[in-house]
Amino acid sequence: MIKKLKKCVLFGALVIFSGYAQSQNVNIKLAFLTQKLATPPALSNLDPILTDKGVQGAVLGIKDNNTTGRFTGHQYDLKHVEVPVGGNVAQVFEQLVTNGYEYIITDVQTATLKSFFKLPSAKKVLLFNVSSADNVLRNKSCSANTFHMIPSDAMRADALAQFMLKKRWNKWFLVKGKDTADVNFAKALKHSAKRFGVKIVEEKTWNFDHDARRTAQADIPVFTQGSDYDVLVVADVKGLFGEYLAMNTWLPRPIIGTQGLVPRAWHRTHERWGAVQMQNRFYEQAGRWMNDVDYASWLAVRAVGEAVTRAKSVAAADIKTFLLSEEFSLAGFKGVKLTFRHWNQQLRQPVLLATARSIVSVMPHKEFLHPRTYLDTLGYDSPESSCEF
Amino acid sequence: MNKLYLALFLVACTPISVADTLYITLEKDNALAVVDGETGKLLKTVPLGQRPRGIALSKDQSLLYVAASDDDTIQILDINTLKVIGELPSGEDPELFKIHPNGRLLYVSNEDDNIVTVIDLEKKTALAEIAVGVEPEGIAITRDGKWVVNTSETTNMVHWIDPADQRIKENTLVDPRPRAAEFSVNNEWLFVTSEIAGSLSRLDVATKQITGKLHFKIPGVDKELIQPVGVLAHPNNKLLFVALGPANRVAVVDIQLMKVTKYLLVGQRVWNLAFSPDLKRLYTTNGVSNDISIIDVDDLKVTKSIRVGHYPWGIAVK
Repeated sequence: MIKKLKKCVLFGALVIFSGYAQSQNVNIKLAFLTQKLATPPALSNLDPILTDKGVQGAVLGIKDNNTTGRFTGHQYDLKHVEVPVGGNVAQVFEQLVTNGYEYIITDVQTATLKSFFKLPSAKKVLLFNVSSADNVLRNKSCSANTFHMIPSDAMRADALAQFMLKKRWNKWFLVKGKDTADVNFAKALKHSAKRFGVKIVEEKTWNFDHDARRTAQADIPVFTQGSDYDVLVVADVKGLFGEYLAMNTWLPRPIIGTQGLVPRAWHRTHERWGAVQMQNRFYEQAGRWMNDVDYASWLAVRAVGEAVTRAKSVAAADIKTFLLSEEFSLAGFKGVKLTFRHWNQQLRQPVLLATARSIVSVMPHKEFLHPRTYLDTLGYDSPESSCEF
Repeated sequence: MNKLYLALFLVACTPISVADTLYITLEKDNALAVVDGETGKLLKTVPLGQRPRGIALSKDQSLLYVAASDDDTIQILDINTLKVIGELPSGEDPELFKIHPNGRLLYVSNEDDNIVTVIDLEKKTALAEIAVGVEPEGIAITRDGKWVVNTSETTNMVHWIDPADQRIKENTLVDPRPRAAEFSVNNEWLFVTSEIAGSLSRLDVATKQITGKLHFKIPGVDKELIQPVGVLAHPNNKLLFVALGPANRVAVVDIQLMKVTKYLLVGQRVWNLAFSPDLKRLYTTNGVSNDISIIDVDDLKVTKSIRVGHYPWGIAVK
């Protein structure tokens, strides 16, 4: 009743939009390119298959940019293009460039993104990778016009390894799937283990191809026998078996990696540093919780917005210079400013370690020292990077 | 007879320390802590609405206003009974608010809606909604009542509102994630803290431009942890106090030179600040350590810390 009354009162109030009338609105066009993939086999009916992954984050970013744009005279527009399974993504990309899109947010596969780098048209635009965590894009296959908004596999694996080091859970049993993404993440885990002095005492590939929902209780206890270990580390990006490891291992051990304790750019349980407001705004718009790709997409749009506002230019070359300058910093609800690493154009950012219903920790911890910023203890550092622009 | 005069003379001339009472919102306890400022004793805890944050006294000091953010309202409490006697139509998710020197208008930021709501305290109605940038946060009002400013955390701007017609007259771009704002007592300057940039900006009220800036640096404290939030100007127009959040310190700033003269170690994640009425003490709310710190303003020394409850947020002093 009180709420209702309040609404009535507010209804009579005067909403004022004024004082920022700009004579000319400058238009900034962004494109969001989605490469549709074959839907993976559904192993759990819990999570709906998302058809709007990423683009919802970009839409929210556009709204935020336009709220600022009202005061600065900028109008941001987003064009969303979806390429069906098996479609020619490069052709669609070139069409976007021809149509004058200088800022292209890409939710495409690693190989597709690499194929863009070879196109002469890609030299004229800025790309924002929001979904591929592949280390190779930040190393030898890097591209001078591409900014990586999503944390790399290396950053995620380092976050896990740092936390395990702190817990002194130094003996890992590594279980990996057969997908390229699984193999890549397992590689990153091994790299991190070496970096932080963690020992991988056992390594196995999950080869079973029957439905793990039915057979987990029989298969997993046998599969997880071997050397004693502190944690079971799993690399199963698609989630084909990882969810069923918990409570089925031979020894009573926690699970980390792609399941169990997971390293994320964003998580629905994250609420510090003003993240609650972000969670609410996103949920209200999308009708679901924000995920890593949504967050990376929001950051991409906001990075362009921030650069346009401060560099007072809409030309891609100026925006790129600004994004890499000392003056650029982005607020991303993680308690620290987010900036780009100039050696591979990866966005520096903390990584959240989460379980299903809580944030366990935010990495890196400040005890991991670094001469530049402790954020650079996650992922490939300047001397390690094989990226050459 | 002479003795009586002498006695009266002594009473009149002895500096009397006026006892002050602190009212502190406890964000996680949904409660108000009442503390005696002089002794630092927690007197009592009173229940409030959900997630209480911003707090202020009415001009005549007879009422307390508290933003109950998750109840989407500002509660009105009688200062004597500390009972909720009414509500204000604050709009959704009210956080920080300030009362205009005329005592009649209250300006509150609605973080989720990108709006500043202006409330008529006599009629208890929303007078206007002003569209501002994304995630409005800090509000400050000049002592002469001529300007109201609002900071927007994601748009990174200061919006200059004219209370005569409740319209934005100008916008100034500031460092990332601006939080609190405070005018100098002579209305000449505006100070704005930027949480992510770790900086304090000084804006000239006449030109609305930034004329000075300082980046906080504390030896041994990681620069990422220095996140300036609450800011308070000393009426002597020389000093400014800045709460540095997870750096667990309050910076004392010389406003002419825009230089830090001292860092005072207080509780964890220091948020908001308030003076005792006699300006002898400065109080800080420390969100993570669940306490308040008391600073001796003349000596610039932390004298005491008192546990008050979970997540102390806002503070008002009578």
